Amino acid sequence: MPIPGRGRELLRQMLLIRRFEEKAAEMYTQGRIEGFLHLAIGEEAIAVGLMEALTPEDNVVSTYREHGHALARGMSPGVAMAELYGKAAGCSRGRGGSMHLFDAARRFFGGHAIVGSHLPTAVGLALAAKQLGEPRVTACIFGDGAVAEGEFHEALNLASLWRLPVLFVCENNLYAMGTHLSRHQAEPDIAAKAVAYRMEAAVVDGMDVLAVETAARRAVEAIRAGAGPVLLEARTYRFRAHSMYDAELYRPKQEVEEWKQRDPIALFTARLREDGQLTADGLAEVEAAVNAEVAAAVAFAESAPWEPVEDLLKDVHTPVTP
Amino acid sequence: MKTTYREAVRAGLRDALQGDPRVVLMGEDVGRYGGAFACSRGLLDEFGPDRVRDTPLSESGFVGAGIGAALGGLRPIVEVMTVNFSLLAIDQIVNNAALLRHMSGGQFSVPLVVRMATGAGRRVAAQHSHSLEGWYAHVPGLTVLAPATVTDARYMLGSALREPDPVLIFEHMMLYPVEDELEPATQPFDIRRAVVRRAGKDVTLVTHGGSLRKALDAATRLAGDGIDAEVIDLRSLRPLDMATVLASVAKTHRAVVIDEGWRTCGLAAEVAARIAEDGFYDLDAPVARVCSAEVPVPYARHLEDAALPRVETIVATAREVLGHG
Repeated sequence: MPIPGRGRELLRQMLLIRRFEEKAAEMYTQGRIEGFLHLAIGEEAIAVGLMEALTPEDNVVSTYREHGHALARGMSPGVAMAELYGKAAGCSRGRGGSMHLFDAARRFFGGHAIVGSHLPTAVGLALAAKQLGEPRVTACIFGDGAVAEGEFHEALNLASLWRLPVLFVCENNLYAMGTHLSRHQAEPDIAAKAVAYRMEAAVVDGMDVLAVETAARRAVEAIRAGAGPVLLEARTYRFRAHSMYDAELYRPKQEVEEWKQRDPIALFTARLREDGQLTADGLAEVEAAVNAEVAAAVAFAESAPWEPVEDLLKDVHTPVTP
Repeated sequence: MKTTYREAVRAGLRDALQGDPRVVLMGEDVGRYGGAFACSRGLLDEFGPDRVRDTPLSESGFVGAGIGAALGGLRPIVEVMTVNFSLLAIDQIVNNAALLRHMSGGQFSVPLVVRMATGAGRRVAAQHSHSLEGWYAHVPGLTVLAPATVTDARYMLGSALREPDPVLIFEHMMLYPVEDELEPATQPFDIRRAVVRRAGKDVTLVTHGGSLRKALDAATRLAGDGIDAEVIDLRSLRPLDMATVLASVAKTHRAVVIDEGWRTCGLAAEVAARIAEDGFYDLDAPVARVCSAEVPVPYARHLEDAALPRVETIVATAREVLGHG
């Protein structure tokens, strides 16, 4: 169950992710950020609800739409923004960019951009934890598009066959880039696929942070108790384009507008206000704090140095001391 | 002491499992079956199913799991039955294992060893006869090894496991039954050094893996004609020890590169280009290559033999570069 009194903190984290990504989009249009930039605006409740259910000793492996996952896991917004800028102060020293945020200290194992390829990584992390007797759960986040990849099926089979402590979290935002779930899955009920692997599964409203947290806690507890892996499908929606720009020819504007009525931040704010946990002043405080944090992140990224070109070949291999 | 290549691989695996509790061997039929090439026979009984783990036919899944297990603190040895099947896992090897250290800004290393059989010669047709180690040698972040002798088969694995980054080991499938003298391990056992397997002064034959014995046989025949060939076993395909190759070419002034892969864009092309780049003025003749014919490896014995590098072709090519064609 959600921890009483944490509501304001959950809201703060969701707002931080939202404002961080809005600012990233702005800096992208100014040419400060290049390449791919995939925003998860609309999907913040999953990142925050999931991370609330994990401990620092757990592992997280994520997809390329992972700014929110990294921030909710505790990565400093400045370090994340610097990585988007490609600066040496970025978490991956400018080697990865938006799609490849990594944070060893927080056991955040990336940031992976080959759809589906990190599900086996999660299986291996869980195998190591089990074999080394470490009580870690490995949470693996992916989108509905990954469900069409063979690696999804290989990974679910391996994890279940070996009863590994993996929480597979599918952020089902209905579109694999521009292809609707109904056009890429013969069985669009993603959670139902777990049956084929004798795996427990649950479906949760991905626009409700407390529902996500509750479902994730329940799954994590079962996994820690030795129940084997769990598939959690969080139903959500991406308010923005797939990458920074797409013509969005594949979905009706009306559909986007309807989902925006279920904005996870607006919903949770209203709930906290109704419950008397948040006053108008309190909300303004949270907003101000988040805006200041994002402004500081941008300032940090702007002023951070570039990796020297002389270090181009660094970190292809691990330095070995003879 | 005489031993087979297969026994040498098995002894290396046993050493690795005995020496470090974090080492696990995983792959298709490595456990109860004893390995497709019988390299792990007996190891399941000795080390149990957690250390010697049978996997489903999910190459991408279990190579990826090996990567994750390495990130998580184990020292996995993943056996992909053959290089042919590794193409189902090439995404994991190239996009994950090779890239994660650099892409994470040095935060994560992937201490993973992947072993696989390579090569042709068993009349198992095109889908089981590839020699694609050169593809992997193309990729920064990987170390690619090719043990050609029983001694290397015995000891390269231990050195590979001491590497902090991913290492691929290619074992030529024709070598498993070969029996030869197991030499004591030299200390340190440097996997990055090419080795002169036969000293000579007239022409340098550069090769690796399953072609080494052909090159040595060719050298013996050339000796009968009064041609003294030097034979270099590359051992490591990435990085390439060009210093050893160039030192030999400086002495012999002639080079033939023998590689069971295809000629076009292949490993032999890389070695020949580097000799041309860095040893051009030592050369008295153009560098020559002996590679597989540009055809999928056929099933029928006479066709397969014709497709692969042969002792006769190596001899003839060496004679040509010496002007004795």
